[in-house]
Amino acid sequence: MGLTRKQKRMLIRIIASVVLLAVDMVASHILSLPKAVLIVIYLIPFAVAGYDVVWKAIRNIGHGQVFDENFLMTIATIGAMIIGEYSEGAAVMLFYQVGELFQSIATARSRRSVAELMDIRPDSAVVLRDNKRLQVHPSEVEVGELIEIRVGEKVPIDAVVIEGVSSLDTAALTGESMPRDVGVGSETLSGSVNLSGNIVCRTTKPFGESTASKILELVENASSKKARAESFITRFARIYTPCVVAAAVLVAVIVPLVTGDEFIKWITRALNFLVVSCPCALVISVPMSFFGGIGGASRQGILIKGGNYMETLSKVSTVIFDKTGTLTKGEFEVSRVNPVGCSERELIESAAAAESGSNHPIAQSLVRYAGDIGLTIPDVSEYREIAGKGVECTLLGEKICAGNTRLMEQEGLALDNDKSHGTSVHIMRNGKYLGFVEISDKPKEDSSRTISKLGQMGIRTVILTGDGKETGEAVGKLLGVDRVYTELLPENKVEITEQIISSSEKGSTVFVGDGINDAPVLSRADVGIAMGAAGSDAAIEAADIVIMDDKPSGIIKAIKISRKTLRIVYQNIWFALIVKAVVLVTSAVGVTNMWAAVFADVGVAIIAVLNAMRALGTQKD
Amino acid sequence: MAMVKKTYMMEDLDCANCARKMQDAVCKLEGVDGCEINFMMQKMIIEYDDENEDKILKQVKKCVKRVEPDCTVLFK
Repeated sequence: MGLTRKQKRMLIRIIASVVLLAVDMVASHILSLPKAVLIVIYLIPFAVAGYDVVWKAIRNIGHGQVFDENFLMTIATIGAMIIGEYSEGAAVMLFYQVGELFQSIATARSRRSVAELMDIRPDSAVVLRDNKRLQVHPSEVEVGELIEIRVGEKVPIDAVVIEGVSSLDTAALTGESMPRDVGVGSETLSGSVNLSGNIVCRTTKPFGESTASKILELVENASSKKARAESFITRFARIYTPCVVAAAVLVAVIVPLVTGDEFIKWITRALNFLVVSCPCALVISVPMSFFGGIGGASRQGILIKGGNYMETLSKVSTVIFDKTGTLTKGEFEVSRVNPVGCSERELIESAAAAESGSNHPIAQSLVRYAGDIGLTIPDVSEYREIAGKGVECTLLGEKICAGNTRLMEQEGLALDNDKSHGTSVHIMRNGKYLGFVEISDKPKEDSSRTISKLGQMGIRTVILTGDGKETGEAVGKLLGVDRVYTELLPENKVEITEQIISSSEKGSTVFVGDGINDAPVLSRADVGIAMGAAGSDAAIEAADIVIMDDKPSGIIKAIKISRKTLRIVYQNIWFALIVKAVVLVTSAVGVTNMWAAVFADVGVAIIAVLNAMRALGTQKD
Repeated sequence: MAMVKKTYMMEDLDCANCARKMQDAVCKLEGVDGCEINFMMQKMIIEYDDENEDKILKQVKKCVKRVEPDCTVLFK
């Protein structure tokens, strides 16, 4: 079971105490023992189980720690013995220790599973120095050195492949289970696992700044950004114990004075209060749930920088998307070829030839398309770019103009009923209009599914884009988003985000972008999510939540994990508070005994810890 | 005064409420600017005056022992 030495010792003591207590109970049942003997024989299992509790209590009184749980437990159990409940006093101490042990094991276990989950950073690297293979700690490898990564090993440091081919499992970083093929020149991110071939790489970053280190640092530091629920519990814990102890004193002393009852009856009830007075279940389970949720999310390629962001995300009512690179691929592709009085190939040939001299992404997409359909691009001469309009050149003595409608106008052709959407390149060859090629940025495969899922979850979706009205609205319509704002400059995006935040009555507003040039909006939204950020420090820096791969569906996962975590947190808070309140009330009226009180203390803590561990679990969408 | 921020591992930190108490106590020490005990990670992140390091760390140790005698902070 992997217990620590301390836990094993405790287990032995508990077993010994159980045996002794059983013997005592049988003995006291069969024989009629005098009171003095009874006290002695019950003190033995009591001491075996709880001597350290008593010892700590005494020590801590010296330190002025009156509300220490050891002290309260000691008073409660010894108090029980003084009023004649010998077996109960011993048994409650024993049960308390059993509970503490379980709690310690459960905590250690959940801690371990989170640690395993985040075990993405290897402890050693094989570096090639002076023609020798040296195994060193990754922090000793300098930028620009060569490292060898064999099959089955983890990439220790961000690097570039300079020899060999392989495929890498990046699941630990991005949650993506499809292996990624790498060859010479490919980037390898630390934390991914080499699957198929030995490779030699040149490091590009120091160990401490490599992806795996960054992720770990981020997840570990996440617990310092506390959710409101967690701060509430911390504040509550400070006042809870003194209040319950005060109530115990009230019950033990004031009530009998007022009612004239026997003191012993009320003292018995008050002792239960002391047992219930530790806020451990709450203090332990709330941060543990957040920790588990953040750990589980990181396993799926979603880095959440704090419990507070989880809390806000769980209440999301509007998701604002940046268009290019977030919902669309950010790569231009030929989406329609519309020849007028010539063949498709003729049109593409002229277009690609004219554009072959340009570096513009639109031009390159045309050239790529021509290659894809098997055209050889003829050489052109007299190539000239006309700023803001297009290009012109000469092919086999014929003049070709390729560009927008304004270029066509300049050439004496008015295209009033322009039927194209998106960005179009019109072609004119030797004064004759050949038609246009439409180029657009395609939506990602799961964009549409993500938008409709968000809709089903009752979340409003908005697109912000710098694109023209037609292009932007066409994409919005295709994906089914609720609202599209087009022709925006970066500062307009901040303004509109602010408008949306101030106009939404309830719920939070989330902005999703690629993290590259939308930092102001990321920080202005209630929660800023950056996508496709594996390897991009700037994006990881700017956002509150980082989705490592570039699939928009990660947002659904992030929302689901957040909602589940928050559900668990609130379940734990209410469960613990209600059980404790019920036991306090029933103890006060004398319905329940000290056993129930011990359950309300350690039993509830154990159940809360086990429940908190569910937050670690993976989410299906 | 030169403030430094350091992280120390903790051993046998078994009770979350104790961690909170330790954190409160350490925060109140003179020369300590801030302290956070991460119960899940078993780590103490502390910001303190570098010049009085020995004295401060000794007091930190005392605070920890006072709340939970079994628990130790591993000062590297």
